[in-house]
Amino acid sequence: MLKITNLHAQIENTKILKGVNLEIKAGEVHAIMGPNGSGKSTLSAVIAGNEIYEVKQGEILFENKDISELAPEERAHKGIFMSFQYPVEIPGVSTINFIKTAINERRKANGLESLSAKDMLKRIKEKSELLAMDRKFLSRSLNQGFSGGEKKRNEIFQMAMLEPKLSILDETDSGLDIDALKIVANGVNKLKNKNNAILVITHYQRLLDYIVPDFVHVLKDGKIIKTGGKELALELEAKGYDWLQ
Amino acid sequence: MKLKEKLITSFFELENEGMLDLDSNIHKIRSKAFADFENKGFPTKNDENWKYTSLKSILNNDYTVFPNNETVLELKDVKKYFIHEIDSYKLVFIDGVYSSFLSDTTHERMDICLMSSALKNTKYKIIIDHYFNTIANRSGSITSLNTAFSRQGAYIHIPKNTIVPKPIQIIHFSTKNEKELLLQPRNLIIVDENSHVQIIERHQSLSDAIVLTNSVTEIFANKRAIVDYYKIQNDTENASLIDQTFIQQKKHSNVSVNTFSFGGKLTRNHLEFHQEGERIDSNLNGITIIGNKQLVDNHTAVFHKYPNCESHELYKGIYADASTGVFNGKVIVRKEAQKTNAFQQNNTILIGKKATINAKPQLEIFADDVKCSHGCTIGQLDEAALFYMQQRGIPKKEAQGLLLYAFSNAVVEKIKIPELKSRITKLIAMKLDVNYCL
Repeated sequence: MLKITNLHAQIENTKILKGVNLEIKAGEVHAIMGPNGSGKSTLSAVIAGNEIYEVKQGEILFENKDISELAPEERAHKGIFMSFQYPVEIPGVSTINFIKTAINERRKANGLESLSAKDMLKRIKEKSELLAMDRKFLSRSLNQGFSGGEKKRNEIFQMAMLEPKLSILDETDSGLDIDALKIVANGVNKLKNKNNAILVITHYQRLLDYIVPDFVHVLKDGKIIKTGGKELALELEAKGYDWLQ
Repeated sequence: MKLKEKLITSFFELENEGMLDLDSNIHKIRSKAFADFENKGFPTKNDENWKYTSLKSILNNDYTVFPNNETVLELKDVKKYFIHEIDSYKLVFIDGVYSSFLSDTTHERMDICLMSSALKNTKYKIIIDHYFNTIANRSGSITSLNTAFSRQGAYIHIPKNTIVPKPIQIIHFSTKNEKELLLQPRNLIIVDENSHVQIIERHQSLSDAIVLTNSVTEIFANKRAIVDYYKIQNDTENASLIDQTFIQQKKHSNVSVNTFSFGGKLTRNHLEFHQEGERIDSNLNGITIIGNKQLVDNHTAVFHKYPNCESHELYKGIYADASTGVFNGKVIVRKEAQKTNAFQQNNTILIGKKATINAKPQLEIFADDVKCSHGCTIGQLDEAALFYMQQRGIPKKEAQGLLLYAFSNAVVEKIKIPELKSRITKLIAMKLDVNYCL
């Protein structure tokens, strides 16, 4: 589904990614771990198409097509979703209207009719229950005055609504207490199937107890220096990153 | 002929043609105001209050000062300029001339009628003498010009303990295609003790002709009165407006003036609040969304003279292309005005590469036990928020529009008439090219 080859990216003149290789197939869960400043968030932002990063070398293939020249919304329309580490607050636009607009823009881009009000409501009901969300939240301004945990839950709610092919969860566990973490992880697990894929970016092993990865990659100084199974996460938790070179 | 000379000639014509009662008090006020204008002329950029707004580009036209032939408008052609979804009183003027056909006035329990009749009819003499030009008289030469020519406009007097059952709409249409037109409406609004009124005002040109409106409104809110005033400014780019609104509030009264500036060539809003009593609440809200070479200048002033009063001011501006904004927010807290709460916020987003804003908060505080704050921000669109929305599949242009819409929303929320709120929301969505379901 996603194939990244020798990816180099920089912000202004600082090189951050220095030759990343990564392949994710449908049905898989991958985790990327690594110390602060290793380039984890940059990698997710570059896949999602944030224009503040400049791709200098390499390619990003999504379903065998190069997406590195596409705008963020075009990548979203193809089915790439990124849950933000710091979701933005947008006063004056309710969550519900925001997600309706997002869904219908994606449908429009893919040549589909807008979702009917009935189907939209049905989907909202189903997905908000999945994440144990109080539906009152949905009519409030997007993320405004939400706690860190509420914002993250809202991200996963949007993911559920959009039904992406590839979901990138950037530090989704930060700011969540253990109960919220379980709800969010449970939601993600229920959304997982053999046709979609998940890339989890995290500092800590804790989230991976709930969202179990098939592969764990260690990103350090802009490169993936080690890849293993889920047990690698435990090893990293115990030993830190310094033993890896 | 230069405009000033033309106006001088016109004023003498007015006196000589017996159109005015030369012995009346009103005429004394007019003559004095005229002398003031004759003496000072139009303001220039040397005047501190007009430093950023030059009138040059609109004064070099050969304006018709007294349009006389009446134009008839069909309701169906102008309906869209009214908030027609609700029942309302209406005062409609076409090229400065009252249109009884489009209007809906009343003298039952209250007076919602014409300035011209109030000025002539002896029944109103006591009230006119007591209020007319008593707060507008301290202002500049351009206000004096209006006073000198003041003959027509809205006269609204709400006696005490009256809740006006429906809003009042004051609309000035201009229609003359062939002529450049100068209009000088004059409104007087008196709201007595415990009374409540909502007013919507609009100036609308229906032709491509050049129009200049020099409008003056005096509003008197007596004890515990509540006044909500809305100004819709969405005129053609050949129409300019100099609006001067003066408000005097007595104790426990609450007045809000909301200004929505989306159009016109040059728009100057001079808004002045005088608090004359304790526990007064004054609210000033505004949204400006303009582009091309349009200019909107908001000059506001709040005079806190008594203890325990409040003022809340929120102005938002979005400037595209090579448009220009001016915000000057004066707040004066006299030393007697202890326990004043005065808040001012002015936020601007410049989306045009050549757009400019001149923003000047001006707080002068002479009391020592007060809460006064002001915030002034000038920025571009938040890139992080844009990326967030694009990531969810919302195209960049839509995302920009949505963010701008969200930016102006705090002011829209202040509108207390639901149908007007929905109209303003639509106007903003149209201006920003966003889908209205939001």
